[in-house]
Amino acid sequence: MYDFFTTTILGMGLTIVGQIFLLVIPLLLALAFLMYADRKIWAAVMMRRGPNVVGVFGLLQSFADFLKYIVKEVVFPAGADKAVFLMAPMVTLVMSLIAWAVIPFNDGWVLSEINVAILYVFAVSSLEVYGVIMGGWASNSKYPFLGSLRSAAQMISYEVSIGLIIIGIIISSGSMNFGDIVAAQDSDYGLLSWYWLPHFPMLILFFISALAETNRPPFDLPEAESELVAGYQVEYSSTPFLLFMIGELVAVVLMCALISLMFFGGWLSPIPGLPDGIFWMVSKMLLVFFFFSMVKAITPRYRYDQLMRIGWKIFLPLSLLWVVFVAFAAKFDWFWGLYARWTVGG
Amino acid sequence: MADFDYGRAVKYFLLADFVKGFGLGLKYMFAPKVTLNYPHEKGPLSPRFRGEHALRRYANGEERCIACKLCEAVCPAQAITIDAEPRDDGSRRTTRYDIDMTKCIYCGFCQEACPVDAIVEGPNFEFATETREELFYDKDKLLENGDRWEAQIARNLELDAPYR
Repeated sequence: MYDFFTTTILGMGLTIVGQIFLLVIPLLLALAFLMYADRKIWAAVMMRRGPNVVGVFGLLQSFADFLKYIVKEVVFPAGADKAVFLMAPMVTLVMSLIAWAVIPFNDGWVLSEINVAILYVFAVSSLEVYGVIMGGWASNSKYPFLGSLRSAAQMISYEVSIGLIIIGIIISSGSMNFGDIVAAQDSDYGLLSWYWLPHFPMLILFFISALAETNRPPFDLPEAESELVAGYQVEYSSTPFLLFMIGELVAVVLMCALISLMFFGGWLSPIPGLPDGIFWMVSKMLLVFFFFSMVKAITPRYRYDQLMRIGWKIFLPLSLLWVVFVAFAAKFDWFWGLYARWTVGG
Repeated sequence: MADFDYGRAVKYFLLADFVKGFGLGLKYMFAPKVTLNYPHEKGPLSPRFRGEHALRRYANGEERCIACKLCEAVCPAQAITIDAEPRDDGSRRTTRYDIDMTKCIYCGFCQEACPVDAIVEGPNFEFATETREELFYDKDKLLENGDRWEAQIARNLELDAPYR
């Protein structure tokens, strides 16, 4: 039996499919409750109650929404390119889902252990822009098109600084493999040895860039519902719209996973002596997600020129300087070798 | 660069306003909620609240309306239509009393114009319907409303009487 799953092609295929389901189904289930938590936190800060009717404390709200989206009619705008119109939300969802293939939840708990994992995630999340552009263009309507242009420009701008921040982490850990990056943060000092301390300014920058990259408030200009209807999503309804929404939230949770892996030591326990494990990874992701929702609740939306100014005039130079600084610090062993704890090579 | 505000620049780069906002957000997160759980909880209504219309009756079951048509005359939206004929016993009563609730602006002038407190705007505001036609109220519907809400309407009129 064991041989069947490890040696035959069919068996290995089945194993991979099983592993994928093992990752995607809990992820999507968790997503339903994260969406609920997001709305609850948002509501609580505004002293509202939030969803509280469907299920106990409204816990099943997301499933009710899901059902509602599914049974609605799919509306195609006149003159829309149907194929591209339907492909766009799928691109968004698929791109945000396949990035999870390289995210480890525990030591070795990862679908594909590749050595350029961090580059892979970065590349795939860049491709998400295509979902937005295709959606806006295929709608054959000016507002979605303008919205998608803005959205694309925003996502591309902030990818630049995200990339530079990632380079700093790569220099520090000497590897692009998430397992190695987490292992590089392991030491006897618990949470003090994680990268959030030496790379603290970049943690803030990465967090803000992640907000802009995933179109979350305060950078949700493409879909600013109060003044811009919904940007590139205007013409979408029913299941395609649902796919867009799920895709965006999956990207947000992916950013949570990235932050906890790169800055908060993934599955390492914060207190030396306590066992490491998936529990820590999940609770760190939840903590980061809490910050994501709080930011949504407390910040007013940025203007488009402010967004671009922050992206190009502040984040880009700062992260570039930081890369130079980390490179020197790693090379010449400044700060007691805090910036160079390589697990592989040097 | 003499007038460069260094304090402000430092605050900007330390994200001072975000830290403060985060603290405020956390504080209000645990503050008591201000929203009502609407279908289960309802806010207080003034005795003067102008909701769904009703035609009242006297205690002996006789309808109050004497078809003076003052309400029809005063209605700024011209939502009220009244036809009247003498009844068999000689008293003047309406044969038709329609209110188009889609026209009505809930100003309460009909209630103020009425010399016998027959047409009133009751405390009910939950009378949404699925079709437009259901909102064309006729005399039967209005009298039925009066019978259903009489207790509250009478109490509201009594409470509001000192101020009229």
